[in-house]
Parts: sequence; structure tokens; C-alpha cells
Amino acid sequence: MSTEAASTLPAARLFPAEERLVEHFRNLKPDLPDDESGRLRRDAAIARIERDGLPNRRVEEWKYTDLRTLLREAAAPAPRPDARVAETARADARVLAELEAVRIDFVNGHLVAAGDAPAGVTILPLARALEESHPALADFDAVEVARGNALIDLNTAFLGDGVIVHVSAGRQAGAPLHLRLVNRGEAPFATAVRVLVIVEKGAALTIAESHEGDVAAQPNTLVEFVLGDGAKVEHVRINAEAAGALALSTVTAMLGAESNFRSVNLVAGGSASRHQVFLAYGGENAHATVAGVTVISGEEHADTTLVVDHAVPGGESRELFKTVIDGDATGVFQGKIIVRQDAQKTDGRMMSAALLVSPGATMNNKPELEIWADDVQCAHGATCGELDEELLFYLKARGLPQAEAAALLLQAFVGEALELVSDETMREAMNALAVKRLENRS
Amino acid sequence: MPAVQETIEHVRTLDVDQYKYGFETHLEVDKAPKGLNEDIVRLISAKKDEPAWMTEWRLDALRRWVTMREPTWARVNYPPIDYQELHYYAAPKMNAAPKSLDEVDPEILRTYEKLGIPLREQEILAGVEPSRRVAVDAVFDSVSVVTTFKEELAKAGVIFCPISEAIREHPELVKKYLGTVVPVSDNYFATLNSAVFTDGSFVYVPEGVRCPMELSTYFRINERNTGQFERTLIIADKGSYVSYLEGCTAPARDENQLHAAVVELIALDDAEIKYSTVQNWYPGDAEGKGGVYNFVTKRGDCRGKNSKISWTQVETGSAITWKYPSCILRGDNSRGEFYSIAISNGFQQVDSGTKMIHLGRNSTSRIISKGIAAGRSENTYRGLVSAHRRASGARNFTNCDSLLIGDRCGAHTVPYIESKNASAIFEHEATTSKISDDQLFYCLQRGLDGEEAIALIVNGFVRDVLQQLPMEFAVEAQKLISISLEGSVG
Amino acid sequence: MIEIKNLVVEIEGNRILNGLDLTVNDGEVAAIMGPNGSGKSTLSYVIAGKEDYEVLDGEILLDGQNILELEANERAQSGVFLAFQYPLEIPGVATMSFLKAILNAQLKARGEAELSTPDFLRRVRGAADKLQIDQDMLKRALNVGFSGGEKKRMEILQMALLEPRFCILDETDSGLDIDALRIVSEGVNALRDGKRSFLVITHYQRLLNHIVPDTVHVMSKGRIVRSGGKELALELEASGYADYETEAA
Repeated sequence: MSTEAASTLPAARLFPAEERLVEHFRNLKPDLPDDESGRLRRDAAIARIERDGLPNRRVEEWKYTDLRTLLREAAAPAPRPDARVAETARADARVLAELEAVRIDFVNGHLVAAGDAPAGVTILPLARALEESHPALADFDAVEVARGNALIDLNTAFLGDGVIVHVSAGRQAGAPLHLRLVNRGEAPFATAVRVLVIVEKGAALTIAESHEGDVAAQPNTLVEFVLGDGAKVEHVRINAEAAGALALSTVTAMLGAESNFRSVNLVAGGSASRHQVFLAYGGENAHATVAGVTVISGEEHADTTLVVDHAVPGGESRELFKTVIDGDATGVFQGKIIVRQDAQKTDGRMMSAALLVSPGATMNNKPELEIWADDVQCAHGATCGELDEELLFYLKARGLPQAEAAALLLQAFVGEALELVSDETMREAMNALAVKRLENRS
Repeated sequence: MPAVQETIEHVRTLDVDQYKYGFETHLEVDKAPKGLNEDIVRLISAKKDEPAWMTEWRLDALRRWVTMREPTWARVNYPPIDYQELHYYAAPKMNAAPKSLDEVDPEILRTYEKLGIPLREQEILAGVEPSRRVAVDAVFDSVSVVTTFKEELAKAGVIFCPISEAIREHPELVKKYLGTVVPVSDNYFATLNSAVFTDGSFVYVPEGVRCPMELSTYFRINERNTGQFERTLIIADKGSYVSYLEGCTAPARDENQLHAAVVELIALDDAEIKYSTVQNWYPGDAEGKGGVYNFVTKRGDCRGKNSKISWTQVETGSAITWKYPSCILRGDNSRGEFYSIAISNGFQQVDSGTKMIHLGRNSTSRIISKGIAAGRSENTYRGLVSAHRRASGARNFTNCDSLLIGDRCGAHTVPYIESKNASAIFEHEATTSKISDDQLFYCLQRGLDGEEAIALIVNGFVRDVLQQLPMEFAVEAQKLISISLEGSVG
Repeated sequence: MIEIKNLVVEIEGNRILNGLDLTVNDGEVAAIMGPNGSGKSTLSYVIAGKEDYEVLDGEILLDGQNILELEANERAQSGVFLAFQYPLEIPGVATMSFLKAILNAQLKARGEAELSTPDFLRRVRGAADKLQIDQDMLKRALNVGFSGGEKKRMEILQMALLEPRFCILDETDSGLDIDALRIVSEGVNALRDGKRSFLVITHYQRLLNHIVPDTVHVMSKGRIVRSGGKELALELEASGYADYETEAA
């Protein structure tokens, strides 16, 4: 609601970020054999960025995270790594190493290996899907409220590689899938991976996504879910990027009737990040749980932006986000619940809680409700503050030193959101990463 | 307690879709030609007999305004306003400033009588406890027609007069404070107001004085195609207290009327200002035709330590409301409060809320907002709570509830919560709900009809805010709430 | 006198009442007992005029006038009072304000003058004292934060104030401890005046020790399957409802 906005409108001229991106696009020799529509999509996306410029703080949805500034040093897309680099990267990947899963490995944004798909599941490299003009491509961009989003446009324009995962009707994928995205190198580079996950009627899938590396990469990942009626998806995402990385990510989900979608994100790496979730209720009585834990310090910046679009009756959504901010770091949470006119009996609850543990920390919360139907129950809450002095005192009175007492409370604070991960191995791995981040702070 | 019943009584006696303040007063009027330019600004300044520094201040504002663009971020839609098609000055013809009520045009007096605003001090005195007396500044279109109880207030050292008079009589105070809370180029509408404001109230409460009565201003837009641009400036000096009430109405007209006010409050050390508004501008007819565009900048500056500013608003009128009464909590231990009831029905659009800007240590704020949307209206709460680095120990609690009646209206909540201080604790909660069928049935089973039941439940929903209003205003507000919701149940 | 004739009611396509007949004479206290799901609460809602129910057939006559065409508030004004099994909470509305609003609405509907505030207060206090409802409770928002027992006493208080012609008590004993049960029952018994009729809906016989009925009706699968005197309640207490659930099937 900045009143200054009155006098200034976004300028149409290109800034260094846009100039670089346009140049990178011109130099782009896509490894992927785009079909005609693929090429058109790329061209349209870059044209929008050229025309409108990258979003900056004058654009409402980017008020707290200035993409134009973040991408001032926009890096060129990473070339496909040679086999030796890819092998080393895969062997060294540590996040969720203990998880028994079908692994789909990307190195520097390029698909390098995929395990055997479990029964009822097909894993199709995006390159092949594009070559064949695979019918599944029609499920791209299913979620309307996500269209026109700058990160999605950038992903579309620079799309490097990806997979399409398909789970047949009624099948329960026997093992979880694990998308491992590892970045290796010396100099910064950008990646744009797109994953489409189609879970047909009554089918179920657990899928993990881990991001790690040793380079200040600029990944921009788009994972789209399409859930059939009664389908069930559990998704976790772990950002354990190297220091200096700029992690951009989007998850969208189109929910069929009575489907159940759960997604938990952990920000435990990188220097700056923006994680977007767009949910759309396509069928009645679907349920979604979206949660996130962010632990940041130093000069880091982490943005979580969520839009939940209830368009049909009976949808339920639960969102819980926890942010711990140390040093001079900045946390951002923007969450919007939209309930359209037909979405009667919607039940939506959203909570964002932040703890500021140093004098230089900043938290920006923007929890929105946009309601058009009368018979609904919607609530959102947001808190920010420091650790509860009384609780600290209580623990100290029981003999715990200050630091341990604080650590215990912080773990409990983030644990509440991580508890929503039902796979035990994943939950514990995420907990361990969060705890390590909390210990390393200051 | 009996007020609820009174509400219900009131509803019963009214025709549906009746804005009871919609009548027009026919007067001879002195009007500036249509349009806005430097000449018009000079004309207004001359009409007000203003010193040169004020004319320059206005011209400066106009020059800035022409470079600005109308804001578009609020969730309101309206056709473009042609600012050259409005009259920026309209005043009932009077030979000179009236010395007493006897010199005021009887038509105007009758208008205020019809509106239920007491302008004769002796009438006010009759049978009323002295402590409940209210001093009134009546602003009719562009001029203040009368200010009551001036002498008595002067005895206590309180200055309460039209701002045009203050500019002439108390230039040192006006110069010192005007534009210090809402800078000239703060926003499009505030800048416009700075250029063309015509009248409004000025209040100065000296150090250590508790204002002996409630002060109030009653705004009435009467003339066709005029904008009303009032400017209010209230200064509570150290250790003083003042409670100020504001009421607004306008005739029912097919065309839209523009109202762009600026209100500045300044509370010095240990001072307290309580500002209450019942805004009931003409909302337009059942088809959404006509109504007032209400673009208002209200801001209070808790400049001194331990100062307190409290805004209470009941917004039931206007076709469009764009209004964010705010507090800058500059002083250590200062406190800001915002209590709001915003009701929209028909085709009304409300985008309202507050800003609580915590700069001082241990500053606290509280926001209670109750939005009720019915008909095809849009009702948005937009609010900012921020803590700056220095604001250690800042506290905010925000509760923002919306109630929807029917499924063709919208209720939205857009809070911005920004903290740069670890020891600041902010809590925000918001809910959206409807009147449950079971609640309604329960009331019907006891013999209340549909509208009575809704009025009762809605009055319960807004009770926390109503309690913040002075007694007479609370009763008036309750009636308004019921009237505003008429026709909302099928 | 209230006469219910061949009442057939559905909700969302499910038939709940299936040709129910029942007459309650002036001054009579009729008890309806029956297993869960037999349609007891539906009957009370349909008499009171809740909208969710679809009446497919039959009529409900109050002193000869068919009330099915009336709105819920009009039925209330003509003397039907339902003491809810789960009284609703109305946040922000002080109990006293609510009582005044409903009493005046009804007086007005009957063409009677409204009570002056002192008269109103006297009347509420008198009724409240009998039900051991203290002044503090009357200042609180209606039913908000009230215990189960307090809510039920508040229902009886409203009943006493409104002086209805026909009172329906829907599972009024549920959630009451023995003391509260006694207070509530005494409140109801005090309203028995030989003219006012009562329909007492209960699952257990216990309440009928306190509010002694003139007639007892057993309901199953949406109709009255057996009627008798107060001894029938004791019999049911001993034998249970098992017979009726199969009998009517």
C-alpha cells in the first residue's frame, strides 16, 4: 500500500538483469529438440520479460523480493556436464542419501540418470516428450493463477531439461521417487528444470526433491502436479544449495476431486531464494497441506509465496510456515487464499510464524484472504517476535543453559511444521538439516 | 443494551433502500467556475482571505499534483474522474461571516436540524448533563457555517475554530504543524487537498488541559458537481486530552461527488487524542448509481513520549471508500489504536484499514477491524504494521474479521506485517465467516424476523468496536448498521 | 391442542418422518422416546419450521390452524417454543439484550405493548432467580462460554419469559448433572398450568422422573409405534429399544 506508488509506474526500459537475460536467450542453443509449440512458448515467455521487465518491488507480488535486483548478475545457462563430472556429482550427493527411492538425477540442470520406474509409473525424459509432442504436454500450465508469473516465464524461456512422471490410475507407487538436482562447477551458471507429475485417479505417489551443490548456481525449477480424483501426493523439497546460490522454485498443483496433496519445503541453503506454490482446486472436496521451514542467517534472503485458489465447493487447505531469522537476514512470507463464488463450504487456514533471533533480522509477512463465497471458514494468522522469555526461563529453571534452552525451543518451533512430513526417513533427514542450520547460526 | 432493540425498531419504521439524509437544501450559492488551475487556487485562497504564505503553499501543492498519477493499487474500480469538471469552491451566499446563529441562513439551520445536529447551545444544554455536551463545527460544502461553544472552550484555552479562521488568527500554530504529518506530496489525493482545501476544523488543546467537552465537526456536501476537500488539524499539547467526533452526509444524487479530505493529528508528550468518525456519505442507489467517492488521508503522529492516538470509524456510506487512518508511533511508549466497522452493501466498494508505524521504543498498537459485505459490494481491509530497528519492545495485536452476507459480495484482507526488530512482537489474526443458518434459525425460533435477526447478530459481531465509540455515537452507529444492511436478505 | 397428521419429511432425499401422527391436548405433557436416529429431533425442527426439511405430506395444526405455511418466527409468535438440544452461541450479543429483543418482538406480534425497562428487568430477574441464573450470566454474550447446564437453563428462562402455548424440549436432559436436571425440571414444571402443552423428547427415562408425563409415545423409523401412560417409560428403561428397532423395520 505504498502511497509513493502513486507517482511512479514501472519503467519500460530494460535494466542490466533483463539485458543479460535477453542476451543469454539469444545465445541459447537448446539441447532439447523443441517442437513448434515449444519454440513458440519460449519466444512468448522471453517477449513478455522484454516487454514488461522483470518484476521489482513496485510490483505487488514482488514487493519484498526484487527479482530485477536478484538477477542483476544473471548467469548463462549451464552446458551439459561431461560424463565424468556427472558421475562424481551423483556419487557425492548427500541430501536424503539414506532414502530408499527411485532416483532421477540432474547435474547442472541436465538429466543424467533415472532409475527403473516402479510398476504403474512411467518416467519420461522431457526431451523425448517434446520430440514426440507427447499428449501429457497438454497438462503444462494447468494452474491458472500461476500463469504469467515471472519465474515460470523464465523457466519456460530457458527450459533446459526435465522429466514427465506418470502414475497410472489406482496404482500406489511402491517406492518414493527422488529428484536429485546437483550443481557442480566453478563459475555461477543458471539452470531451468521442469518436472510434470501426473497422478491419475486413485493413484498415490511420494516424491522428494533435493537441491545441493558446490557452486553459486542460479537454479529455476518448476514442478507441476496434476492430481486425478482421489489421487494422493506427498511432496517434499529440500533447498541445500551452496552459499551464494540464488534458488528460484515454483510448485503448482491442480487438485482433482477428493484428492490429497501435501508439500513441505525446507530452506536450509543458498543465499537468496524464492519458493512459490500455486494450488488450484479443480474438483470438489480436495485437501491440501502446504508447509515450510526456513532457517536463514547472515545476509540471506528467503521468500515463500503461496496462492491457494479455491474454485469449487468443499476444498480444505492447511498452511503452516515457520521462519527463523538470524544475522541481518530477511524472511518473507506472502500467502493468499482465494475463495471464488462457487467454492462454498471451503475451509482454509493459513499460519505464518517467524522468530527473529538477532537485532538485524527482518521479517515481512503478508497473509491475504480474498473471499467471494459466503458459506466458508477461512482464517489466517501471522506472528513475529523473539523467543518466548517465559519459556526460556522455564527451561533454564530446569537446569538448561541459555544456548541449549534456545536451541531446544527453536527445534520445537520448526519441528511443528516438519512433523507434517509423513515419510519418516524424509522427516528425520529434514529435521537433521534444520537442526544443523540452527546450530550453525551466528 | 436497549440500543439493539432500538436498532430493530428503527429498521421496522424504515422503507427499504432509503438513505434518510438524501434530501437537498436549496440555497443561493457562491461557486467557483469549474476546473482546476492556479487561478482557481488563488481564488480559493482569496475567498478565505489567506496570507501569502498559505497561497504559496497551495500553489506548490498544485504544481506537484499535476505531475502525479492517481493511485491504482486499491481494490476499487470507478470510471476516470475528470478533475476539470468539478467546482472546487461552493459556499452558501452570506454577506459576511455570521457572528451568531441568527445571521446564518435559516435553510442551513433547518438542514442541520433535519440531520439531528444541535447548533444552538441552549438547546444542547436543555436537560443534558454538562459533561455530555458536544461542541460542533458545521461545515457546509466549502465553508464552516457555525462553531458552537467557542467562548466556553476559549476559557479553558482550547482553540476550536474553522481552519480558515485558524490560518488568519493563529498562523504560528498552523505554520508549525500543517503538513507535518501528511506532507504536501504524500499521495495524489492529499496533494490535491493541499492545493484546494476549503474548510475543516482546527483544534489546539494547550499543555495539561483536558478538553471540557467533546468536539465535533459535521460535514455536509450539498452542492452539485462540487468536491469537498476539508482539512482538519488537531494538536494536543503536552499532557492534554481531546475527544473529537466527525459525521458526514450528502444528498442523494445520480452523479458521483468527490470528497478528498486530509486529517492530521499531533499528540505531544503524554497527550491523548481520540478521533471517532461515523461516515455516512450517500452510498449510491440500489443500482449503484451515484454516491460519494471518499478518498481520505488521515494520519496521527504520536510525536511525544507516552502519547496516544485512537481512531474509531464506522464506515457505512460512500460509493467508494479509500481510507487508512494511521498512526506514526514516534514517541517512546506511545500507543496507537484503530477500531473499525466497515459495512458495504449494494454496489459499494470499501478499501480501508490502517498503518501502525512503530518507530519509538515500547510503542504499542491495537487493530480491531470488522468488515461486513452484503449485496454486490466489495470490502477490503488493507493494513500495515511495521517495526523499525529502533522500535525495541514494540507490540501489535491485530484482529480482522469479515462477515459475508450473500454470495455476490467479496471480503478481502490484505495485511502487511514488517518487523525489523527482534524484540517487537506482532500478532495478526483474521477470519472470514458467515452468519450461520443455525444461528439465524435460533433467532427466528424466538420470534425475530430475518432482518431483525441479522441486525442482532451483526451488532454482536461489531460490538468490540462499538464499545469504543462515545455513547451517542454508538447508538447512532447501531442504527446505521441495521439500515445499511437492509435488503441484504432475500 | 396440537395435532400432527400423517407427517412425511425428507432431508436431502432421505426419508426421516414417515407418516407420523400425534396429538397433544391442552395441558398435556407428552413424552416422545425412541432410539437414536428414529427422527425425534427432526420432528422438533419440523414443528419449529427449520428450512432444511422437506415436508412431503401431512399437516401440523396448532389450535386448528395449519402452521406448516408459517415462517419459523411466525410459528414462534403463535406460541411454538423449541428448547434446543444444542443452544446456539451468539458472540457479542449480551444475553439481556437478546431477551429484550425476542420478548418485544413477540409482544409486538401479539399487538401488546412492550414492557418498560424496569418491568422487563423485574420479569427477567424473577424468572432467572428460580433457575439459579445469576446477573453476571445475563450480562455475558448469549450462550458464549456457557456450560451445558447453563445453556439449558437459559433455554428454560426464555421459555418462561415468552410464555409459549406449546413447548418442545429436545433432549433437554442431555449433558445435565443431577442438580441441573432438578433445577431445569422444576422450571418446566412451574410452567405447567393446565392449558400449556409440552412435548418432551428424550432418549432416557431419567428426565421423566422429574417431568412426569401424561402420555408416552415410542418413536421408531419416523413414526409413533406405541403409545401409553407414564408406565411405558419405565418399561422401556427395563427392556431397551431393541424390540422397536426391529419391529418397525
